[in-house]
Amino acid sequence: MTAAERYPLRTRLLHWLTAVLVFTTLLIGFFMVSSLGSYGALVRVHMTLGVSILVIVVVRAANRFTHRAPKLPDTVSGFEHKIVIGSELSMYALLLAQPLVGLAMVSASGRPVVVFGVCSLPRIAPFDADLYFGLRQAHSVLAYLLVAVVAAHVSAVLLHTLTLHDGMLSRMGFGRADRRWSRNHPPAHDRRDKLPR
Amino acid sequence: MLLGIGAAGAFLAVDLGAVAYANKWVAAGATLTRDTFIAGFESVFGKHPGFRRNHAKGVAVAGYFVANGDGRELSRAAVLGQGRYPVTGRFSLTGGNPFVADAPGAARGLGLAIGFPGSQQWRTAMLNLPVFPDNSPRGFYDRMFASQVVAGTGKPDPAKMAAFLKAHPETAAAMDVVKKHPPTPGFADSTYWGLNTFHLVAESGVRTPVRWSFVPRQAAFAAAANGDDVLFDALVRQLKTAPLQWELRFTVGAQDDPIDPTLPWPSDRRVVDAGTLTLTAAETERAGNARDVNFDPLVLPDGIEPSDDPLLSARSAVYAASYRARTGEPKSAPAVQVDQVAP
Repeated sequence: MTAAERYPLRTRLLHWLTAVLVFTTLLIGFFMVSSLGSYGALVRVHMTLGVSILVIVVVRAANRFTHRAPKLPDTVSGFEHKIVIGSELSMYALLLAQPLVGLAMVSASGRPVVVFGVCSLPRIAPFDADLYFGLRQAHSVLAYLLVAVVAAHVSAVLLHTLTLHDGMLSRMGFGRADRRWSRNHPPAHDRRDKLPR
Repeated sequence: MLLGIGAAGAFLAVDLGAVAYANKWVAAGATLTRDTFIAGFESVFGKHPGFRRNHAKGVAVAGYFVANGDGRELSRAAVLGQGRYPVTGRFSLTGGNPFVADAPGAARGLGLAIGFPGSQQWRTAMLNLPVFPDNSPRGFYDRMFASQVVAGTGKPDPAKMAAFLKAHPETAAAMDVVKKHPPTPGFADSTYWGLNTFHLVAESGVRTPVRWSFVPRQAAFAAAANGDDVLFDALVRQLKTAPLQWELRFTVGAQDDPIDPTLPWPSDRRVVDAGTLTLTAAETERAGNARDVNFDPLVLPDGIEPSDDPLLSARSAVYAASYRARTGEPKSAPAVQVDQVAP
């Protein structure tokens, strides 16, 4: 595994930052709507995280045009390659749409989105209760779609990395490339075991 | 192979398990959620699609708030700076039945959105009670069922209420305070209290605990002897005759005054008059007016902050659930029809 087969460092940082924020924001979102005691505080955190994700994903989308993706392992067939592209595009689309729908939904209820405790963002949709309801439903649907797409994404990478030993995860990894999980470079003891005696 | 499937399975279990846990799909029923409240309101008051789950009966009002600037000493909130700010508001009666007959003893509500729909708007939902009967979501929920009118008698079950008050001495004490402030004849001469404690934050950053109230400047028109909407009709008639006014008063708390809304503050606390609310018109609830405003007590401008009173977060959560539910439901005509009230 060589350094060239990885995403550039900025891309990897943006990826993992997004991963942590999206996971946290989704969980807070699901939790806050059934919590009475912490609802008020969590809504503010949720909105701040959501707007942060929007900004980061816009940066990521722009950054994505500055380089080519590292080559996929040979284990990825032509058909699976199409799924990979579709999955990446749908995640970008969902990650852009979800915070925008959230902002628009709050706007349609006639109140501002306040981020970082102080900054009131301008409303991006007219005060309209019907519009609010449509957007509110969409916000839930998109949240479950995100959970599904993220679950599929992580499962696929884990299956590739741990079952096909193709080093899929190292494309987004840090540190020394981990050879244990790469078919071309099995760990030393593995190789010894397979040597003819 | 097994390692890969195991790892992916473990991730999915943790991920989807966390989502399920956060959604309270597991261990549901153990705690009160906003859905418990919505179901509770519907159980006690019946299902009334398109209406608020509580304070269902109401009328929209419009007007303005003129701040005299004196509130700026305590708060940097824009709406307290000298000037005139538009107001969208709503008078209401407690309970989830939008067609309930007006009763003098039913708690009267006034919701205001000052500076609506601007980014520094201030929303508040108040009652004509000097203290709130409950200091916890559980207390509110259980009291709703204890005060449920029993079919046939037209009254709550006295044994249920007695048992509730025994379990909730804070409510019994609050009821005693409420009894010393009997309801006035109408909406127009009622004082509306904010009930929960908030903090005003000054330009300097100093935080001051406050409670607020809107104190009427006029007597109320007499209500008709008979009819289901006599209180609302009197309010609408009066608004067709002349604007109605209330003074905004901040009561300044000492640092150790209770945030528990069942407990009154000592009567010698300083009061700051911050301005005058003028309501100029009543409107039948319809799309685009106060019908579509959620008077969430946590929609606050910079310079007004919530206290740690747990009811504030619970109110915000339940109001949001009610708002989401009713905005998706078909609407029917509200009881109070402004056009049908003769001036």
